[in-house]
Amino acid sequence: MAQAATHDHHDEHHDEHHEHQNFFQRWVMSTNHKDIGTLYLVFSLLMFFIGGSFAMVIRAELFKPGMQLVQPYFFNEMTTMHALVMIFGAVMPAFVGLGNWMIPMMVGAPDMALPRMNNLSFWILPFAFALMLSTLFLPGGGPAGGWTMYPPLSLQSASLAYVVFAVHLMGISSIMGAINIIATILNMRAPGMDLLKMPVFVWSWLITAFLLIAVMPVLAGAVTMLLTDKYFNTHFFDAAGGGDPVLFQHVFWFFGHPEVYIMILPAFGIISEIIPTFARKPIFGYKAMVFAIASIAFLSFIVWAHHMFAVGLPLGAEIFFMYATMLIAVPTGVKVFNWVATMWGGSMTFETPMLFAVAFVILFTIGGFSGLMLALVPADFAYHDTYFVVAHFHYVLVTGAIFAIMAATYYWIPKWTGHMYSEFWGKVHFWNSVVWVNVLFFPQHFLGLAGMPRRIPDYNVAFANFNMISSIGGFLFGASQLIFLGVIIHCVWFSKKKATDRVWEGAKGLEWTLSSPPPHHSFSVAPVIHDEELAHGHVED
Amino acid sequence: MGQQQDIYYVPSKSQWPIVAAVVMFLTVFGAAHWLNAEPGESSFGKTLLLIGFIGILLMFFGWFRSVIHESMAGRYNSQVDRSFRMGMMWFIFSEVMFFGAFFGALFYIRMFSVPWLGGYGHGVLTHQFLWSDYAASWGSGGGNGPAHVGGSFETVGPWGLPLLNTLILLSSSVTVTIAHHALKAGHRGKVLLFLGFTVLLGASFLYCQAHEYMEAYKDLNLTLGTGVYGCTFFMLTGFHGLHVTLGTIMLAIIWLRVLAGHFSKDHHFGFEAVAWYWHFVDVVWLGLFMFVYIL
Repeated sequence: MAQAATHDHHDEHHDEHHEHQNFFQRWVMSTNHKDIGTLYLVFSLLMFFIGGSFAMVIRAELFKPGMQLVQPYFFNEMTTMHALVMIFGAVMPAFVGLGNWMIPMMVGAPDMALPRMNNLSFWILPFAFALMLSTLFLPGGGPAGGWTMYPPLSLQSASLAYVVFAVHLMGISSIMGAINIIATILNMRAPGMDLLKMPVFVWSWLITAFLLIAVMPVLAGAVTMLLTDKYFNTHFFDAAGGGDPVLFQHVFWFFGHPEVYIMILPAFGIISEIIPTFARKPIFGYKAMVFAIASIAFLSFIVWAHHMFAVGLPLGAEIFFMYATMLIAVPTGVKVFNWVATMWGGSMTFETPMLFAVAFVILFTIGGFSGLMLALVPADFAYHDTYFVVAHFHYVLVTGAIFAIMAATYYWIPKWTGHMYSEFWGKVHFWNSVVWVNVLFFPQHFLGLAGMPRRIPDYNVAFANFNMISSIGGFLFGASQLIFLGVIIHCVWFSKKKATDRVWEGAKGLEWTLSSPPPHHSFSVAPVIHDEELAHGHVED
Repeated sequence: MGQQQDIYYVPSKSQWPIVAAVVMFLTVFGAAHWLNAEPGESSFGKTLLLIGFIGILLMFFGWFRSVIHESMAGRYNSQVDRSFRMGMMWFIFSEVMFFGAFFGALFYIRMFSVPWLGGYGHGVLTHQFLWSDYAASWGSGGGNGPAHVGGSFETVGPWGLPLLNTLILLSSSVTVTIAHHALKAGHRGKVLLFLGFTVLLGASFLYCQAHEYMEAYKDLNLTLGTGVYGCTFFMLTGFHGLHVTLGTIMLAIIWLRVLAGHFSKDHHFGFEAVAWYWHFVDVVWLGLFMFVYIL
């Protein structure tokens, strides 16, 4: 039975038709998962540099003790905006962009299930960030109470309404994106692509999308309560009226904890694609990997109060949340074990994606261990709101999520563009990143254990040395990302080296059976699935 | 699972997504500006909000019109139909989670924050040092917190209008189901009759709720500013009321579409999506009736 993708337009029967579109039609009115994926990735890269420049301001101010560069309020704006931009602007859109590009190709579909909604999901984002970033230039300044927006501090901010509405827009965008991904995975798979034959990346996105739909509305509810508390005389978070500021923290973190898994589960998926390719072995324990992701997603709903140990919770709650949090180490341990076991005995080569993937396994695990330390209630009383926390979540988010995104970029960019990137400069980028990121964040563990609080522009002279080292690492890590930009620009526009269809010798899966770059509609004819062609090999039932 | 398709469908390019993004931005940008305007100062935010809101209505009209045209032209195959169904189901799930946030807030306030302020269990020191004379209770006694924010007030009893509203919504669920069965049986007159009933029931629910709100503000001194009782009451019933409004409008549009002959016996996803939404609104109301009015 022949299958062909059809368009409404009569003149669109051949792949070359998109050359006839003008710029606006191609990029703004798109219904093509690749173009929309590209938009997401470019937007995310832009936000990565904007958020990164905020981080540079923070590290410059913290270069030495005392106040030297910026006003305290501006410093607070920087810490707040750095987090909001990196989380909602850089990491999440990057994963959605990767999902957009890869999921239809990986499951053998022509496009996403709901292509027009896909376009709307993206185009909301630039407006949402314009709204949020504009507050930096408005009278009263931007949000400065931390990205968590705890009341009553956040209620003093003149920009609260802007940030709340920006968060609403981002939430709408994420929910629509997630609905689209679920519908694509459940409804658009090629014949024979059973659920347990899907690549781990697709599985990780299916579960992530579920998390997004479950928790983004909760965040919308939480910030709506902030808005009404400030402007409409409600008292959700005001004890005088019977409310409780801690209520906000509960609702926020009910969103916030699944959110941190939203930012790492697709990374797990990416690493589970890359390691088998360069170890030239099927992934070890495919089903265990899938069930581990599902277990982590389930547990993410019952651990939120570990962000609030120091707020004064009842003892029973602290103990429950401590044990539930530690339980997450079990499925995460399964994943790390399986990545290592996949590499064990493999015939490995270390191209740039693999270097980032191996660095991910090691450095993410360090972040995981410091997370276990923070999960201990009695220890957390000392660590809470110190630089130890900052070090922890930057290990899981920078060397975790961001390294995975970079690995994915190097891994798939030859497929996207049809050209090889410069392996030499990729490796230069990798080694600079991996060295300086540790110089940047590792000393922050010591600072935190010694008691340096986070989100404060000045500090005791006792913390001077490690802060200076950390700042130097920060500047150089930031500068290293310019190499990344250079490698991407070179690969997209200047690289002469054509990529083969398979690109990597050990690469398996449907996306590598397409040409590089792939045709406008990924699979106009549904592919025939051969088990031995899949990345995880043949799965026994 | 999308495996019996002869042909894949990819929709053509559309201007509606970018229009939607722009009008959504105008709406919230206007709203944020308006909220931040000094009292008495005329703000362009209000105008912008209005333009954006009208833009959203036009956008919905235009986007749905093009989708309906494409659907009527028979362009959507069963795979597209399944994608739409999944989209609607997961959208309703996200709405459930949105209400979950406010129900969660209500439960937390009633189970923890109010009793703690009254000296029970965990929050005993706050009680002793700040509000030692506050006796925790819900309802008109202490529902507006230890500072009695908003002054003394009365609550809305469950067995008057709220009970009537419960009966109205439950019967509207029955009528919409009868209409669905009639649609599947191909009796268009019966569909119009019972769907019309459903729209009227939705409208009467809204009328009763508006009446209840006016009574609460005028006679009971129960307002949005009446401590946590007032804000949980009005935010929960208010968001529900907004959803009923939306649902009623959607039902009315579906009624017009039935009249126009848009639906066939086995091809009427638009009808079903709105019916699902209506049932969801109904179930949320049952939760509200139980936890906001009765308990």
